[in-house]
Amino acid sequence: MIKAPLPRWADVVLLPLLNVVLAFLIGGLIVLSVGQNPLRAVQVMLYGAFGYGTGLGYTLYYTTDFIFAGLAVSLAMQAGLFNIGAEGQAYISGLGVIFIALAFNGLHWAFMFPLMIVAAALFGAAWAFIPGYLQAKRGSHIVITTILFNFIAISIMSYLIARVLKPAGLTSDESAPIDAASRVLQLKTFIPFFKTAPVNITFFLAVAALFGFYWLIWRTKFGFAVRALGFNPTAANYAGISNQKMIMIVMALSGALVAMVAVNNVGGVQGRLIMNFVGGAGYVGIAVAFMGKGHPVGVALAALLFGMLYQGGSELAFSMPGITREMIITIQALVILFTGAMGDMLRNPVARLFALASPPVAEKR
Amino acid sequence: MADGLNQTSEQRSQGAAASPLAIELIGINKHFGPVHANRDIHLQVRRGTVHGIVGENGAGKSTLMSILYGFYTADSGEIRVNGSPHKITDSRHALALGIGMVHQHFMLVDNFTVLENVVLGAEDSPLLNRTYAKARDTLKRLADDYELEVDPDAIIENLSVGQQQRVEILKALYRGAEVLILDEPTGVLTPAEADHLFRILRTLREEGKTIILITHKLREIMAITDEVSVMRQGAMVKTLETKSTSPGELAELMVGRRVLLRVEKGPSNPGKVLLEVENLVVTDDFKVPRVKGVSFSVRAGEIVGIAGVAGNGQSELLESVSGMRDQQSGVVRLNGTPLSLEGDDGAARARAAGLAHVPEDRLREGLVTAFSEWENSILGYQDRYGRGLGLDIALAQKTAEDYIKKFDIRPPNKDLKTANFSGGNQQKIVLAREMERDPDVLIVGQPTRGVDIGAIEFIHNQIIKMRDAGKAILLVSVELDEIRSLSDRILVLFDGQIVGEADPATADETELGLLMTGAHSPTATSAGPGTLPAHQTPLERGLEQMSVRDNAGKDAP
Repeated sequence: MIKAPLPRWADVVLLPLLNVVLAFLIGGLIVLSVGQNPLRAVQVMLYGAFGYGTGLGYTLYYTTDFIFAGLAVSLAMQAGLFNIGAEGQAYISGLGVIFIALAFNGLHWAFMFPLMIVAAALFGAAWAFIPGYLQAKRGSHIVITTILFNFIAISIMSYLIARVLKPAGLTSDESAPIDAASRVLQLKTFIPFFKTAPVNITFFLAVAALFGFYWLIWRTKFGFAVRALGFNPTAANYAGISNQKMIMIVMALSGALVAMVAVNNVGGVQGRLIMNFVGGAGYVGIAVAFMGKGHPVGVALAALLFGMLYQGGSELAFSMPGITREMIITIQALVILFTGAMGDMLRNPVARLFALASPPVAEKR
Repeated sequence: MADGLNQTSEQRSQGAAASPLAIELIGINKHFGPVHANRDIHLQVRRGTVHGIVGENGAGKSTLMSILYGFYTADSGEIRVNGSPHKITDSRHALALGIGMVHQHFMLVDNFTVLENVVLGAEDSPLLNRTYAKARDTLKRLADDYELEVDPDAIIENLSVGQQQRVEILKALYRGAEVLILDEPTGVLTPAEADHLFRILRTLREEGKTIILITHKLREIMAITDEVSVMRQGAMVKTLETKSTSPGELAELMVGRRVLLRVEKGPSNPGKVLLEVENLVVTDDFKVPRVKGVSFSVRAGEIVGIAGVAGNGQSELLESVSGMRDQQSGVVRLNGTPLSLEGDDGAARARAAGLAHVPEDRLREGLVTAFSEWENSILGYQDRYGRGLGLDIALAQKTAEDYIKKFDIRPPNKDLKTANFSGGNQQKIVLAREMERDPDVLIVGQPTRGVDIGAIEFIHNQIIKMRDAGKAILLVSVELDEIRSLSDRILVLFDGQIVGEADPATADETELGLLMTGAHSPTATSAGPGTLPAHQTPLERGLEQMSVRDNAGKDAP
């Protein structure tokens, strides 16, 4: 079947928008079916996510995580690799953050922040490099290995946190705390509007990463090679681009990108290494990357949407007790379903509308 | 091929004009979005004839046949089968009306037997015993009637390409096809296999079957068809009686202007050796040796053509010399210096040393079709654009614009996605990129595969121009005509070894054909000169020593 042609703006903006609307319509039906008012639910959700300082701050905090995870998955996607291991890579990166932070505990945050970035990136890159190496040199499929590496990461981290990093005398499973002075600067310290929200300067790093990603992929020789590999590995080989080296480099970079989730959480919010601090951001990154079609603009919008769903969703569960957490997760799942798995469902109808709107032009050779 | 193609025109056209119409298409129109793929097509195919359809790529031949076979439905127009109008909704419907199709790329289940493939989709009941018994009888009868002998219990992947094609024909006949559509059937066949196919087609015609033959080889049209229809840019230009036309006239109708069918070139003026290959041994992806100790050299100002049936090691030879595939042993020297080609970025080092490569399969190897035109204009040379990390896009685009002008690439739009260019223009993008870097050595594989006649002329001239500029050119093509008209020296590759060398001026086709099928190789038992060997290809012969899982004998479509 031939994929129906669409104008680029319709492909990038209109189609995802329609998908989200459709997801919300069906979500609305679910809300209606439990006797709640879907319009009010949307209102509560939007207000909770954008309407006031703390809410917006939380939304941006989640968005930060999702941008990094989305970019990490997108980078691998550009090279034709499906990195499902972002979750585990971010988790392991927490080790880098806590090691460097505890080693120089008390150092001013302005010095600590770059150190944390480098340390997290090294850990994330190393963890993602292994599946990359196995794919490149041994042909072990990256999807399988990255999934398995998520489980290995969870086990390693559980062991390390509970048995090694936990200071004596502590009852909960967590590492020693990072000094307040060394933690990543939170925006509320200089923008009071954000009140108690955890959003911190890692958010600006995420915005910079969006621009950096665009530059890397579309403005450098490396990006050219990545895209050649992603579209056609044989042609990349023909062009003298080493598939093996590229796979390993791209996976390491992907791991380094998602490692910033650890900086945001361990360094900026928790101030210590806790169990499961990633909280599924790595998996949301997959949805974000797909919805954003691997492009930074799309990733930014998708990350914001999921940030809104996360924050607005908690708000919704809090102010409308008739709507349970599970129902909110269902709505989130609907968004993923319609934008990711069924993203092309509306393509043909939309294309037909476009074909109707524009009369067939003269044939070109 | 001689035997199959030399039938006299009297033999073939008797009674053609008088017979009733098997197929009639009236005013067929088909749009794909803004593209008008078929415009007001009228076509009459008489029963018991071979009807050729020629036209360039994108002329709408395949679309038209897909409409007849029920893959697409026409926007408007009428299809009449045996005089009565039908709306053909799908291929099952077409089959019920007695229309069968043999696709260019076979639709066979590789690990099923011939018998299983034949009955697939045509089972009479959930239990297969009776169907198998019936199919076995029918296959035997068809084999006797039409020279279509294939072992019903052979596994498809162990069959040669020619035999697989026979299975496709059997499938159609088993389903009661009276009209058989063949899409580019000889593209993947050896001369002997093509010869056999034409004998089959002739027998089918004698039995009253109707055959529609889509091809771009005018020689075949002249040799086997009774009538020929020419299509151009979605329209039916003309239908002619084959005996009253000529290849020149057909080519002109296809392209819309006069074309030169022969390559014009002066004598070669070979200089010093630029490319030297010594004892090269290369294996394929399954570690099966495909190039078995090949040595040759190419001089400056010389075109050396490698002739051979597809799958005799040409692909591995090209890939290895150009650095895409690791070699087991042997040396490749460029200008006297050995090239280090190991690793999966060997192609970059080969290019840096001055070796350019036009690959056999532009879509699989030579182009990233999702890239825009300008991006493909620098593929492989991307490191020369810009210092440091950054890519000098302005410079790259300037290069692309330059190539578009020099090679007349159409449409002249460097930002258009490469997939949206026609085959000929895609090939020009590759050629421009590889030729314009002033390489010492140019390696060219299948330069005109799937390329329009008009572009073929241009491409051949460019290759000659490179030769005259003192480059060493290694040419690999499965089109024997192309090898003979371009090369200054011909090497014949069979089963991974060079089995002979010939002068294109004096070599005759039968002789080359025999070499290509290994008849003259020291290991094969020789058939006498002038007699074609029984329809056993090198592949078939090799199969006797091969295990079922071994894919090596499979041809490469």
